[in-house]
Amino acid sequence: MKLKSKDLLGLRGVSKEEINFVLDTAVSFKEILERPIRKVPTLRGLTVVNLFYEPSTRTRISFELAEKRLSADMVNFSATTSSVRKGETLKDTVRNIEAMKIDMVVIRHSASGAPHFVASCLDSSVINAGDGAHEHPTQALLDLFTLREKYKKLEGLKVVIVGDILHSRVARSNIWGLSSVGAEVAVCGPTTLLPYQIERMGVQVFSDLDQALEGRDVVMALRIQLERQKGGLLPSLREYTNLFGITKERLKRLNKNFTIMHPGPINRGIEITPEVADGPYSVILDQVTNGVAVRMAILYLLSGGEEKVE
Amino acid sequence: MSEEYDLIVAGGKVIDPASGLSSVADIYIKAKKVAKIEVKDLVDLKKSKSSKEQKIVDASGKIVAPGLIDMHVHLREPGREDEETIYTGSQAAVAGGFTSVCCMPNTEPPIDNQESVNFVYERASKALCKVFCVGAATKGLKGEELTEMADLKEAGAVAVSDDGMPISSSRIMRSALDYSRMLGWPVISHCEDLNLSSDGVMNESYTSTLLGLPGIPSLAEEIMVSRDLSLAEFTSGRVHIAHVSTRGSVELIRAAKSRGINVTCEATPHHFSLTDEIIKTFDTNARVNPPLRTQRDVDEIKKGLKDGTIDCIATDHAPHSIEEKDVEFGAAPPGMVGLETALGLVVTELIDKKILTWEKAIAKMTMNPSRILNLNLGRIEKDCRADLTIIDPEISWTVDTSKFKSKSKNSPFQGRELVGKAWMTIVDGKIVYRL
Repeated sequence: MKLKSKDLLGLRGVSKEEINFVLDTAVSFKEILERPIRKVPTLRGLTVVNLFYEPSTRTRISFELAEKRLSADMVNFSATTSSVRKGETLKDTVRNIEAMKIDMVVIRHSASGAPHFVASCLDSSVINAGDGAHEHPTQALLDLFTLREKYKKLEGLKVVIVGDILHSRVARSNIWGLSSVGAEVAVCGPTTLLPYQIERMGVQVFSDLDQALEGRDVVMALRIQLERQKGGLLPSLREYTNLFGITKERLKRLNKNFTIMHPGPINRGIEITPEVADGPYSVILDQVTNGVAVRMAILYLLSGGEEKVE
Repeated sequence: MSEEYDLIVAGGKVIDPASGLSSVADIYIKAKKVAKIEVKDLVDLKKSKSSKEQKIVDASGKIVAPGLIDMHVHLREPGREDEETIYTGSQAAVAGGFTSVCCMPNTEPPIDNQESVNFVYERASKALCKVFCVGAATKGLKGEELTEMADLKEAGAVAVSDDGMPISSSRIMRSALDYSRMLGWPVISHCEDLNLSSDGVMNESYTSTLLGLPGIPSLAEEIMVSRDLSLAEFTSGRVHIAHVSTRGSVELIRAAKSRGINVTCEATPHHFSLTDEIIKTFDTNARVNPPLRTQRDVDEIKKGLKDGTIDCIATDHAPHSIEEKDVEFGAAPPGMVGLETALGLVVTELIDKKILTWEKAIAKMTMNPSRILNLNLGRIEKDCRADLTIIDPEISWTVDTSKFKSKSKNSPFQGRELVGKAWMTIVDGKIVYRL
């Protein structure tokens, strides 16, 4: 099997077979990461450029490590501002970089669709490391990997995503990915932070956290940002915490063997209490560990890899 | 045949909504004017050909309409001559079948005083079609102080508008309606509540949810339409709502018209031909303001065109350079060119789909805008200016932006199959375009 596209831009429309193919491949890479020498020559001679137009710690380091473990040559580029009029355009930037002979681009950008735009300008493979409020496919794949590791199968799993759905690319990619593999997805958040007709994405919608948690296996809490208060979407973080904070008390409504997830970075005590974030049912750090393996699998498969690696 | 004519358009089906004429006729042109209209039962060119001095256009199988009028274009001069000039805009206009266009004042600097109106008319004197100038309603398009409207009128402006921006202050909009009433002018209103549209870059819809792009809700337009209708009623002023894009706006205007409020409005070809779903590929050429809406909105606009709520079809031709559009979706300026696709879209989307008859469609592109702006054009009768658009109603063609006369190529219709095209455009008796 091979991936259909040269790029990974999003999970919308990606089949169950392809998702499982990536996750299966990631299993082999996770084994490598557990060896004493965590490095393979798989991508030797290939050059990957990490273009980060938005601040990132976790995703960026995760990609960098994945590239290094695969022996790829990597270059980092970060810019605090996007293109537009002043300075060089995004198109010129990426075409100049490509002219230096590279094979893959990993891009994080605040504008939804920026990776699609870059992919249309380049022959290199493009991996979306998060674009605006659109998609963050590698995050969703590592979330799926983490859940599959724990539950063995994803079909029928009941997942609720809690928080700022409106601005969340993690929510969108997870909705597509989880739905594609047969999980049942719900979203829960204040009505000002639920996007228009979100139910048409095939999810149940809640604004009452207790109702939303009832009978779920997995809770995925999202980061809430202080700027939403200034934007008039929330009265205060205090009230948000009262209504949507994941507390130990509320976990009673979940199914046995439940799981707590968070894509990070966490606002401890706001969307999730420290107690819950660090509890035995929390897989937040496993998500981070698995991120490297999943990204290795994606880099490998997009570089033309077909079968499982040894 | 004693009299000599400059040009004879013979054997075409003449459709003139103003007089109700809709039959095969020969149009005789002399000294820039229509000298004679001869209705005939059968196409007979022999008689006309008797004099070699006369130029004869064989329009059999074609539709001969009054010259089309586009009451809403952006020609970018002065300021962005790299995107369009009054001259290149007029080339695009006549290629699209338009014999008159009205250019909006949001240039750099804006057309907000007599001198700048004079500049536009000076440039327009060399254009291939008639160019009318719409002056700014407020100084610098800032929405704060009224422009010297009487001065603008003296220089030849035909209306006022801050198009591109709304007049956010209800007090200033009220004054603009009150003051322009004295001049017999409408205020052309760009309806947008900027607080609601905020940082939005496309329609707020399921598609914006999918794409994670910030949305502009339809009510950002409707709240302002509603406000302007109330202000027009209160002041007895005349408001023309530009580029109506939502179902709610059509419904509000329909109700206002039935109550006798002095309101007219226009819709663009893109708002009756496209939905926001085409943004799925993040094509920046589909970014426009007001944004492309949903099928429900498109259906209501078609209904409004059919029942007469929407008076005019206007393009909102908005040229943008390649470098401005070749960026991330949200970073691209809104706007698309429209002059060279409008007629094809009207035929394909409205006439062929039985939304409008030829008569009604032509009225919305000739007589109606002429009446709204008092242009004294848009009809075919003896002694009127010989502005004619001869349309090939059957021709199938594919939109190819590289062939556009416009300096800018920002059209989301690239590659689209259309039916109907201008075959010949005649301005003041002179052939300025032929296919």
